Amino acid sequence: MVSGYLIYKAIIVVIVFLVGLGIAAYSTYAERKVAAFLQDRLGPNKAGPYGLLQPIADGVKMFMKEEIIPDVSNKFLFILGPSIAMLTACMTGAVIPWSTPLVINGVSYPLQITDINIGILYVFGVVSIGVYGIMIGGWASNNKFSLLGALRASAQMISYEIAMGLSIIALVMLTGTISLQEIAAQQSGWHWNVFYQPLGFIIFITCAFAECNRTPFDLPECETELVGGYHTEYSSMKLGFYLFAEYINMFISAAIISTLYFGGYNMPLIGRFVTDPNILSILGLVFFFGKIFFFIFFFMWIRWTVPRFRYDQLMHLGWRIFIPLSILNIVLTGLGILVFNK
Amino acid sequence: MTLYIFYFLSFLAVLSAFMVVYSKNPVHSVLYLIVTFFSIAGHYILLNAQFLAAVHIIVYAGAIMVLFLYVIMMFNLNKEAEPHKDAYIKLAATIAGGIFMIVLIGSLKGVEHIENLNTPNQSAGLIKNLGNVLYRDYMLPFEMASILFLSAMVGAVFLGKNELK
Amino acid sequence: MTEVSQNIIDLSKEKKQHTILNLGPTHPATHGIFQNVLKMEGEVILEAESTVGYIHRAFEKLAERRTYYQITPITDRLNYCSSPLNNIGWHMSVEKLIKAEMPKRVDYLRIIVMELARIADHIVCNSVIGVDTGALTGFVYMFQKREFIYEIYEEICGARLTTNVGRIGGFDRDFSPKAIQKIRQFVKEFPEALDEFQRLLDRNRIFMDRVINCGPISAEKALSYGFTGPNLRAAGIDYDVRVMNPYSSYQDFDFIVPVGTQGDTYDRFMVRQEEMRQSLKIIKQALENLPEGPSHADLPEFVLPEKQEVYNSMEALIYHFKIIMGETHIPVGEVYHCIEAANGELGYYIISDGGRTPYRMHIRRPCFIYYQAYAEMIKGAMLSDAILTMSSLNVIAGELDA
Repeated sequence: MVSGYLIYKAIIVVIVFLVGLGIAAYSTYAERKVAAFLQDRLGPNKAGPYGLLQPIADGVKMFMKEEIIPDVSNKFLFILGPSIAMLTACMTGAVIPWSTPLVINGVSYPLQITDINIGILYVFGVVSIGVYGIMIGGWASNNKFSLLGALRASAQMISYEIAMGLSIIALVMLTGTISLQEIAAQQSGWHWNVFYQPLGFIIFITCAFAECNRTPFDLPECETELVGGYHTEYSSMKLGFYLFAEYINMFISAAIISTLYFGGYNMPLIGRFVTDPNILSILGLVFFFGKIFFFIFFFMWIRWTVPRFRYDQLMHLGWRIFIPLSILNIVLTGLGILVFNK
Repeated sequence: MTLYIFYFLSFLAVLSAFMVVYSKNPVHSVLYLIVTFFSIAGHYILLNAQFLAAVHIIVYAGAIMVLFLYVIMMFNLNKEAEPHKDAYIKLAATIAGGIFMIVLIGSLKGVEHIENLNTPNQSAGLIKNLGNVLYRDYMLPFEMASILFLSAMVGAVFLGKNELK
Repeated sequence: MTEVSQNIIDLSKEKKQHTILNLGPTHPATHGIFQNVLKMEGEVILEAESTVGYIHRAFEKLAERRTYYQITPITDRLNYCSSPLNNIGWHMSVEKLIKAEMPKRVDYLRIIVMELARIADHIVCNSVIGVDTGALTGFVYMFQKREFIYEIYEEICGARLTTNVGRIGGFDRDFSPKAIQKIRQFVKEFPEALDEFQRLLDRNRIFMDRVINCGPISAEKALSYGFTGPNLRAAGIDYDVRVMNPYSSYQDFDFIVPVGTQGDTYDRFMVRQEEMRQSLKIIKQALENLPEGPSHADLPEFVLPEKQEVYNSMEALIYHFKIIMGETHIPVGEVYHCIEAANGELGYYIISDGGRTPYRMHIRRPCFIYYQAYAEMIKGAMLSDAILTMSSLNVIAGELDA
């Protein structure tokens, strides 16, 4: 039984890992297609039908490129940087509840790698380590633009983590748990948290943009100012790792936003038509991925629509607008719980 | 199994703590310190204090060390920038450190037999129990501390505002 | 970290920790090759030093060895975003030297081409301001329209970027009906795209925060540096060569000279936006009132005769030979002529000793003048502001270095 359990877990780990990589790879394709759609262009259309093989071509290109390690840089740290970025990006997927458990022959198979009781905190901890990939890489490049990018990244991450944490505290007050599985399960029907925590949701999604270094918060790598930011000196697959990690982070952020605020795998009214738990579970998976894809599209939509902030404006927004707002949100949530006795 | 992990983590923690002191480059010191924090977080998990481990990583490894690294990178500290220290100061530091070590060893020797580390309550570190203790038994000090942090944060924001103008 | 800069700013005597950052010569935001050595404290620029000369091609010296009509392709390479303006400015300067009068049709056709070039140049500048703030989409929208202008150039003169449009004495050939039809199409379609682009940015909170009060320059300062064109008008001075010193029949046209108040990046952006609308208005008027007649002046010494005539008439053959060999008679004299180029007052100063080439030629390049003020404008600003200031001044490497 124990070995069967381990095999099952190993299989689900591999599946989540591969799906994460696959979605990240096709996010690069989607990003280019969405950008092309928004900008009245065609986008990649030569590799395969509709350019569908483009991510593979990109990957092969990245692997075939010459590896350039600057002479003066610290070689070990230079390689460590992208590795950490990739590692932390892949680690967060472990606690996301993909759907309700599948029941086969009376045995329940949860579609989640592990339901640890500190779910959100785990995600938070891993994300907070993610910045080291950028900082170490930027510092080891021994390039002033890279260093500026690394500094921007660290200041930005810390500032926005505070507001993000505070917005989650209000959510936790409401749900009474920090296990992602339980939070998702609580939001059945129309009880999506976004209706109870609209302000918290806005703060959270903005901070998620900042944590993923996406426009309008792409200061660490903004190409018009810092050439390439922290990855200026990187080439070949190490650059690929940085870019890839960004897309995995985006996928995980979308998954977490959907889980925390948009009901995760829940879909209103679906229980009226389908009662079989296994079909419900698979439908839940489909809905969950639908929500994830919507938020990935949202990330891209924003990127190709708005300009980016300046460094001091970023700090201003983080410290003087979002932190007070999220504290206000906590107070309001507390009042709400007191009044409605939820 | 648990014992081996414990020994491994302890070895890692002590080794990286030594490397923090011995590294010439401050950035390397900070990175070793992060490794130390991780092994300590591992100890917390062994003690079934997951909440503490997560918070430890978020606060120490994720925030404080990032700030350390930020400052070191910002001011670009390296071997050349390190101020030359006097021989007397080095001597004084050695003596002070030695005395401190003696005090530590002495106090550890004073503990005749260490209590059984496996506390009777295995779930003491879980959030529910921690919350019960913090919000019931130590309500006032906990809230005071949080207000203190809040005021520090407000102060930092105001300091930043003045500097910009 | 070792210092790799040329140490124009000396750091060795500094007590505090500052960094030297080389912004350029090859940096994505310089849109060309020029260098700024910045002394930075964190993200704030304490001191800046601008260096030029990375693509200096000695145009003024080259011009001393070329006959007058051969100098036109050189002027293409000044501000390569609006070559026709440079070409026509040069033609008009030479016409002033030889005291030639142009027929109205030539004036009007020239105005059409020049205003199209101005629009193309302003498209580049304004959409690149967008790109440098991070908004790439508007850039792509606008470049489709710029592409259409290039198609019009192609229809008029056969080239797209380095146009070499027109000749001394008018145009080598008249506009084809297709060219006129394309210009009419452009006039019809462009306002919509322009409004769309402006709606994307001008009331966008992030964009406004980025560009308002970014790299401002006061009117006095701008004047004393010798600013002209949109950058001076953004500071609040309504100097426009087209109005102050009309050339090529600009006095026949009805248009407004937009001015700003603050002289910051936002004002420069908005002034350029409005200038595009005014240029469109001028093109519309020129198309409506386009006089009939020849597309070049009666200047047999400068305008190449038809091929048929060269084969059949003695006189035409002689003129053809003289023009091609650069043996036309040029009077002795000094002349300065300036036009309102897209970037400001573009002036050509020619000294002729009667020889086949200019004795000396000097180009007043507006970018060169803006760039001198750049170091002062970005002092105390942040790195991001410096980038935006540079793109809003529209410093173009070709014109900067000549």
